[in-house]
Amino acid sequence: MTAAGSSYRRAVGSQARVVALAGAVLLVVGSVLPWARFSGFPGKMTLAGPGGARIGPLLLALVAALLLRQVPGSARAVRAASTFAFLITGLTVFFIGYSGGGADYVNAGAWVALAGALVYLLGGLGLDPSRPASSPPRSLPDAPWALPAEWLLTAGSTAVALYVFVHGLGIQSANVGRPNDVVIRGAISINALTNDGEFLAFLLLLIGLALVATRLGLLADLSAITKKHPTVFLAAGMIAATAFPFTQNGNGYALRIAASIGVFAAAAVGLNIVVGLAGLLDLGYIAFFGVGAYVAALVSGSVTSTIHTHIPFVFVIFLGAAVAGLFGILLGAPTLRLRGDYLAIVTLGFGEIFRITANNLDGNSGPSLTNGPNGVSNIPDLTIGSFSFGDNHHFLGVDLPFQANYYWLEIVVLVVVMTAFLRLSESRIGRAWVAIREDELAAAATGINTTRLKLLAFALGATLAGAAGTVDAHVVKVATPDSFTFLESALLLAAVILGGMGTVPGALVGATILYLIPEKLRFLQDLRLLVFGVVLVLIMRFRPEGLIPSSRRKREFHDDSGGADALSMPPGHGEHMA
Amino acid sequence: MSVLEATSVTKRFGGLTAVKDVSLVVNEGEVVGLIGPNGAGKTTFFNCLTGMETPTAGSVLYKGSQLPGRPDLITKAGVARTFQNIRLFNNMTALENVMVGRHTRTKAGVLAAVGRGPRYHREERESEEKARELLTFVGLGRVGDELAKSLPYGDQRRLEIARALATEPGLLLLDEPTAGMNPNETAAARDLVRAVQGKGIAVVLIEHDMRFVFGLCDRVAVLVQGEKLLEGSPAEVQSDERVIAAYLGKPTEDTAGES
Repeated sequence: MTAAGSSYRRAVGSQARVVALAGAVLLVVGSVLPWARFSGFPGKMTLAGPGGARIGPLLLALVAALLLRQVPGSARAVRAASTFAFLITGLTVFFIGYSGGGADYVNAGAWVALAGALVYLLGGLGLDPSRPASSPPRSLPDAPWALPAEWLLTAGSTAVALYVFVHGLGIQSANVGRPNDVVIRGAISINALTNDGEFLAFLLLLIGLALVATRLGLLADLSAITKKHPTVFLAAGMIAATAFPFTQNGNGYALRIAASIGVFAAAAVGLNIVVGLAGLLDLGYIAFFGVGAYVAALVSGSVTSTIHTHIPFVFVIFLGAAVAGLFGILLGAPTLRLRGDYLAIVTLGFGEIFRITANNLDGNSGPSLTNGPNGVSNIPDLTIGSFSFGDNHHFLGVDLPFQANYYWLEIVVLVVVMTAFLRLSESRIGRAWVAIREDELAAAATGINTTRLKLLAFALGATLAGAAGTVDAHVVKVATPDSFTFLESALLLAAVILGGMGTVPGALVGATILYLIPEKLRFLQDLRLLVFGVVLVLIMRFRPEGLIPSSRRKREFHDDSGGADALSMPPGHGEHMA
Repeated sequence: MSVLEATSVTKRFGGLTAVKDVSLVVNEGEVVGLIGPNGAGKTTFFNCLTGMETPTAGSVLYKGSQLPGRPDLITKAGVARTFQNIRLFNNMTALENVMVGRHTRTKAGVLAAVGRGPRYHREERESEEKARELLTFVGLGRVGDELAKSLPYGDQRRLEIARALATEPGLLLLDEPTAGMNPNETAAARDLVRAVQGKGIAVVLIEHDMRFVFGLCDRVAVLVQGEKLLEGSPAEVQSDERVIAAYLGKPTEDTAGES
């Protein structure tokens, strides 16, 4: 905490609660009044209008009610709520004024809300920011209804996750999802701005609510409950994932995005074995993914393939995985003697070699295999048996475009990869990997063949990436060298680290965020990557262990008792060690 | 029969000879002490025995056969060790640390781990049972689920011993097992080494606490500047003038308070 912050808190003193409550009341009043004076915003931005932008400040203002009853962590929760309420309100007012053409278009309600949000923020910042003593997760009282209630909470959490995902995906960026709007209205469409503003507001609301829940300890309680019922959690998660296409009402674009997220997540889980468990920094991971994609593309029966064969996909997925795994062994065998940074450099080089080679195997500068920069395109739709993945379906009164078929295929692949990861991480092999990550020398002295196990992790990660790659080739229908750049490797790595190293939910959340946010920020055009980078820096600053860390890593970063061994180290330990 | 037979082990780092022509025989069930001033080459000698360093010359036989050149194979053959500056897997629980020690005595591979057949479950259950037994054996039965790094210093040393024992060694090398311990912990460590000896495991230990060494060891070897100065019973070593001059100091000084 900065000195300025603490002197501000001293100045505001005990008035902070009153100020925050007053601001919150004003914000509530403002948020039920109309915000816009023109009809460009659906319903003039009354409460009936876009969700995140209006409901957000209202919900976050209601959090201030916590101040009336002192719950542990409530002050910090209100601080977070007031900050995000102000951000959302300010952003929305800016978007209304900007797309309307001036401040005149902003209605009185918005000004009341903005003033309220500012007062709320000033009050919130005056609250005591100290972290309450950590307590074990609370559980439901011991009653006959506790078990069904816990099941309901567990299943409900996956339903909420599905709803959030569906809603976030549903707020479409006009540049992508509604090409007609862009064509008709010209370069800047009002809809584009309202939609993008709405998505940002929704995102901020999500972060704000997550912070409030974390600071009140609700998330810890919930995760303790879901851990008690893993089967219910898994079943509910599977149902939610399977049900997703039914929520989209025939929207093929959304399903394609979801399928791509799934492929990305499967690759991230595979990379998590290499980085999260075995602790090997692999910066060229996308190359193995690319190997799988090219294998699938070449034997798909595409007319642009240089190998005019067609192998059924059931075999191709194993073939792609095996070839990628072979490359993993070829690369890993000589390089895994290297440690840390050196390995990172070699894998970085391999990633580039793969891309450049694929670029040059066009028959001119090298043997004809990959069609060079054009890649292998027009990959035909998958068929497994007599079932064609290119067919649309109509089921239970819902249109299921052909993308749904690919989505479900990818869910199956993802489940297989996740199962492999979870089972491995809790096994003799997984323990050996973690041991190597923790202390390679001690691991060797404990009887672990470190070279072999590192190679195993590396090859297994490559194999899973290859399998994911074969699916990806059929989802995007083309395999080009440009899809496998260093940026993609970096994004996968970022997904693993951001989500939380060594956990499956972490990799899933990380992959979803990293895929969705650049997709949704397209309206920022060139600024997109800048904003993206800022987001990554902020997450790493405030949550270095990742969004959903393993309990292990959480303690690694937030363990206050970690100094015990350092203090009791005896003097005179300078003797040489290997 | 001798458990360990190291003959003329020499280790040179460039111009420096850290270990010079050291021979040591350890018989079954023996506890042998290795003492000497800092920098005498004791740890380097241990490293040569466990494959962390390759000896420049000399041979090491374990139960009559040549030891392989890699740390993991040596551990598999039956020589386990602990480290002077504790090297636990800090972010694993105490139980997991010991279960890692079971690695060489178990077989489950990737397919077994993913497939999880009955044999996998049996092996995993046995590993956990053995690990819990060992934790109880070293007196850490209650802290199995704590992270290794959050254990007190003395417990970390015990945990390292439990992890080494999990590899089912015939010879255990302890590098300063009582460093940094208070008198109570040192007494407990002595009892633990005796208990290990009672399991039929031979022990070689490097130690600076002379009361500990002379009270526990069957034989003591003295290393000075990389060379073995003397080997004999605790009484012989304690009374040897060269040892007193090189290491123990004049009798008027406090000989037991070294650290």
